Amino acid sequence: MSKSVTDVICPFCGTLCDDLEVVVSDDGRKIEDIFNACAIGAEKFMHAQAAGRVTKPRMQQPDGSYKEVSYDEAVEYTAQMLHKSRKPLMYGWSSTSCEAQSVGHEIAEKVGAIVDNTATVCHGTTLIAVQDVGIPSCTLGEIKNRADRIIFWGCNPCHAHPRHQSRYSIFPRGYFTNKGHKNRKMIVVDPRYTDTAKMADYHFKIEQGRDYELLSAFRVALRNEPLPEKVAGVPREKIIEAAEVLKSGRFGIIFFGMGVTQSLSKNHNIDNAIMLTKDLNEFTKFSIMAMRGHYNVTGSGQVLGWQFGFPYAVDLSRGFARYNPGESTSNDLLRRGEVDAVFVLGSDPGAHFPISSVKKIAKLPSVCVDPHITPTSEISKLHVPVAFVGVEVGGNCYRMDNVPIEARKVVDPPEGMLTDVEFLTRVNTRLEQLSGGK
Amino acid sequence: METVTITMKNQPTLYLEADNVSPDKFAGKKASEIAALHAFEGRDQVTLGKYFEVAGEGGATAADTRIVVKGDVSRVKYIGMKMTAGEVVVENNADMYTGAWMQGGKLLVKGSVDAFAGIGMKGGEFVIEGDAGNYLGAAYRGDWRGMQGGLIRVNGNAGSDTGYFMNGGTIVVRGNTDVHVGTHMEGGKIIIKGNAPSKVGGQMVGGEIYVYGAIDVMMPGFKYVQDEELEVDGENGKFSLFHGDTGERHPKKKGQIVYGKLYLKI
Amino acid sequence: MSEYLIKNGFVFDPMQGIKGDRADIAIKDGKIVKSSDISSKAKTIDASGKTVMAGAVEIHAHIAGPKVNEGRNYRPEDKLFSYTPKTATQRMAGGFSIPTTFKTGYDYARMGYTTAMEAAMPPLFARHVHEEIKDTPIIDEGAYPVFGNNWFVMEYLKNQEIENTAAYISWLLEVTKGVAVKVVNPGGTEAWGWGLNCLTINDPVPYFDITPAEIVSGLIEANEFLGLPHSVHVHQNNLGNPGNYTVTLDTLKLAEKFKAKNKFGREQVLHSTHLQFHSYGGDNWGNFESKSKEVMDYVNKQKNITVDTGCVTLDETTTMTADGPFEHHLTELNHLKWANVDVELETAAGIVPYIYSPDIKVCEIQWAIGLEIALFTKDHMRTYITTDHPNAGPFIRYPRVIKWLMSAEARKQQIDSFKHGAKMIDATHIAGIDRELDLYEIAQMTRAGPAKSLGMANLYGGLKPGMDADIAVYNFDPNTPHKPDDIEKAFSRAAYVMKTGVPVVIDGEVVSNGNKRTIWVHARVNENPQVMRDIKDKFLRYYSVTQANYDVSKHFVPNPYVIEVDATQ
Repeated sequence: MSKSVTDVICPFCGTLCDDLEVVVSDDGRKIEDIFNACAIGAEKFMHAQAAGRVTKPRMQQPDGSYKEVSYDEAVEYTAQMLHKSRKPLMYGWSSTSCEAQSVGHEIAEKVGAIVDNTATVCHGTTLIAVQDVGIPSCTLGEIKNRADRIIFWGCNPCHAHPRHQSRYSIFPRGYFTNKGHKNRKMIVVDPRYTDTAKMADYHFKIEQGRDYELLSAFRVALRNEPLPEKVAGVPREKIIEAAEVLKSGRFGIIFFGMGVTQSLSKNHNIDNAIMLTKDLNEFTKFSIMAMRGHYNVTGSGQVLGWQFGFPYAVDLSRGFARYNPGESTSNDLLRRGEVDAVFVLGSDPGAHFPISSVKKIAKLPSVCVDPHITPTSEISKLHVPVAFVGVEVGGNCYRMDNVPIEARKVVDPPEGMLTDVEFLTRVNTRLEQLSGGK
Repeated sequence: METVTITMKNQPTLYLEADNVSPDKFAGKKASEIAALHAFEGRDQVTLGKYFEVAGEGGATAADTRIVVKGDVSRVKYIGMKMTAGEVVVENNADMYTGAWMQGGKLLVKGSVDAFAGIGMKGGEFVIEGDAGNYLGAAYRGDWRGMQGGLIRVNGNAGSDTGYFMNGGTIVVRGNTDVHVGTHMEGGKIIIKGNAPSKVGGQMVGGEIYVYGAIDVMMPGFKYVQDEELEVDGENGKFSLFHGDTGERHPKKKGQIVYGKLYLKI
Repeated sequence: MSEYLIKNGFVFDPMQGIKGDRADIAIKDGKIVKSSDISSKAKTIDASGKTVMAGAVEIHAHIAGPKVNEGRNYRPEDKLFSYTPKTATQRMAGGFSIPTTFKTGYDYARMGYTTAMEAAMPPLFARHVHEEIKDTPIIDEGAYPVFGNNWFVMEYLKNQEIENTAAYISWLLEVTKGVAVKVVNPGGTEAWGWGLNCLTINDPVPYFDITPAEIVSGLIEANEFLGLPHSVHVHQNNLGNPGNYTVTLDTLKLAEKFKAKNKFGREQVLHSTHLQFHSYGGDNWGNFESKSKEVMDYVNKQKNITVDTGCVTLDETTTMTADGPFEHHLTELNHLKWANVDVELETAAGIVPYIYSPDIKVCEIQWAIGLEIALFTKDHMRTYITTDHPNAGPFIRYPRVIKWLMSAEARKQQIDSFKHGAKMIDATHIAGIDRELDLYEIAQMTRAGPAKSLGMANLYGGLKPGMDADIAVYNFDPNTPHKPDDIEKAFSRAAYVMKTGVPVVIDGEVVSNGNKRTIWVHARVNENPQVMRDIKDKFLRYYSVTQANYDVSKHFVPNPYVIEVDATQ
């Protein structure tokens, strides 16, 4: 007889749905079915126990092939690599638990590493903007219960956060929004006519690279100052009309993603969007929120924050934390040849970094901790498989709106497989021995 | 004035953080003491002497101290950091943070510098004969108080984010810049004698920007006021004055709204 | 087991009425014992010529949680050039106005603080608060969940359902592992969900149609129904605005008709926090003036109330509070970066940096008001030293505040350095106050008083045999002449600090992480199916998380100290 595990947290994206239902076999060992998850989340669970799962660490051989080694050997290699390195990069952290991140930070502090997470190629620019101008925001339940003006700027939730609109932003009937999407107006700003744009009441097909200018134009319109005929390919009249739509709502929200965080102007785009949100608060209630990608990149930023004071790109090499994107960010470090070892856990830079950075990683001593075989694992010297957080081991995670939700364990990991926390703890202990307790 | 000459003799495998290379740190020290000053490569604390030949001795004070940096220092960061007086001459290219948080004195780089040169500058004169990287004369992350005073001159080109959050002082770039000139500016003066492609004066509250070359895309929040004949950096010229950024807040002084001023050379 | 004898110090313990007598403190197995109860093998600590007090108790600071961390992450400049490198025994520690969790623990301990209460925990984020508490070494901590803008509370109190309110409070304290009923800008922060506010105690909350007065009174009634260790802890409406002292008095008067009912020795029904921000006269920034006298005249007469000062320290700092609308107002004034989070069904938070400059008249007056509150106090068991960290200044300035309170000369020096000293003197009382507090009164304000107000006087704040051995020794001899700066120096780096019998600070250096505990209150009530149904309903319909994922699991509170309350009828 199968049984259901309810209120399961999906460990994939920043939407961090916590209403999944996983059906497991009677003995609790096998995942049989899943309900409420989107296609991506469903695959994460259903694929977790697929055949061909890597169960032992793999060490790269001189001819490029991989040979199975024990966890003990993997711990030794990792500890030695970090111990000998003069400036190691410890990257990733976005697809693991806060408990694991915390052990990783202890290691990083010991060896004077740089700790960086996936924000470095994603919402790091948002974090820079927040450091410059702050951010008026809210939790996702506020959107559900109050919001009637929803803007998706440079993001495509239909594809990247599939259940976002049904759980929080467009369809739910909340306390003050019992007509659901019927009483909401949706604006999409995107150079492409995406599936999300198809749903919008207004689609601004913006000229690429000119989001900063268009955001500025909105702010100019709010102050009733003159505008040029067209800004970013959008006619003046449309800008003024949209500004009126925003002002006429009771509660507005701007959601944004890579379309603005990693296109021309980067943090300045977000900066101006935040300032626009602040200006809109003169007229009505308005908030802004980043559509975080990985399910616990936000958590990595939180743990780094309370332990070191900065949310990503944290340089611990001189015994005290320093931070400056452009210098302490992973791709800059790799581009300039400023690190001499790379440790990756809980993300896939091999797939997401510029190929020039990936080539650098391939040449350096490197460890990749990941349940899967990925582009990163295949260029690392050592690949260490671990249990899936949220499927095979629990742990705390933070949603895109910073709400902490504790992921559950649903089934056991394969026999003998370590969790991130267990592997990192062993590495930490070994490093303690190697450094003579210094 | 006493001169200390340091000549790079070894290259670091990674990068060298040389925050102690400044007249303030060299003042009152003999060559051997200077060579014993700390520098950092990754997490390893090293001495300046491991990487530099040191000749000469520091003056009695920073103001009496002149430093000449020879050799390939393209992987050396923080040269001239926080200097309050004296002179530093770098003969070749330097890396990041050259002249960062400079308060006084003269810093000359006969090559190019990488990013974050002159961030948080409060005073002094900083001349770069080659190019400057991004964030020239910018604020440190999160600080709304950027460059406060002093003069930065770049003979070549500058990167993006020049004069970010500028409050005072002057930046002159003879060549071109990349995007984002004077973003969030509240005071001070930026003169670009080449081209500035776009995002010039975005979110400007006050201050002055002069662009002699072409701006491909103007920020929408700049309104034309009038043409003016001005003397800028010792030369006369005719400029179109624009007030902006009208999307940003603008306080009143004596009943008049104070705008940022963008001058385009005619 | 571990035996210690702190010999020969000048002991100040208001709990036992000891006013500077030379006495020995004996410690065995983590507790204070009678000197006759320890053997000759006890380790002796020589405290001759030094001041000995119980470990201090922080009753209100923002040190753990989502808005604190947002503050850290959005102010890299707060850490520039002031970071303490790691050592063999200590983690690296940074952040001037918003310290990292490691720095928080180390800095409090170095000042002789052994217990701290996180002033405002948004229940939805309780897990985050506890993660940070767990990463704060040495000091015992607890956290106050916020109730004053909570949808359940407002709906129950609108219908005057005190028992239901009490059942909800009991449930929330348990699932968030909280300590007390905190109220911030009652009703106003829910109004802020629409960009509005409640500026007097009678402004109705939009849609919920209940007033701040009804919220505060109802919560006081429910708190006494439960008999919780601490009273309702209130941050009044209209914080920070000229003329707000009338709202303060209106709020304090709500306490008049209630009597404290509890088994913890607590005598007050209302704790009014960071009173400095709420004691303003005038009606604009030009005629802004101190109303500390009017406020303290009332407080002195009301045994039903305790307060903490919220002293301004004249630093560049970061304001952060669940008073969302106030922070928006502040950023409109100083145009500095503003962060805001509205929390569904519960509360909000705002953050804005602020510079309390000695060259600005308003800041000078604010400085005076905070000190006046302490100096006008008649019973220092009811007024406590805080800076509403980091709002009025970082907690590392407590020794400076103590110096100002103990030395009229130090206050005069500060006033003489003000740019607008003459105008400031006209608007305040401070220049005319000669009073200097003594160490006994300081001990009341930082140890015995807060512990009693918290209902934790059996645990903290005193040196009675049987209590936990939380002890601080300072390099300060009360009987020899000293300069004012000696006070600040002595209280900044304690000679010796012990936490539950473990030495944690020696000569101003942290030597051990100790074995910190998290305090929370378990109040048992009668089963209440109505409230359970309401909770289930709101989770299904309005929250964005499921009820099963709301409760804070035990492992987030690894070393709990649970205070049991039996409120069953």
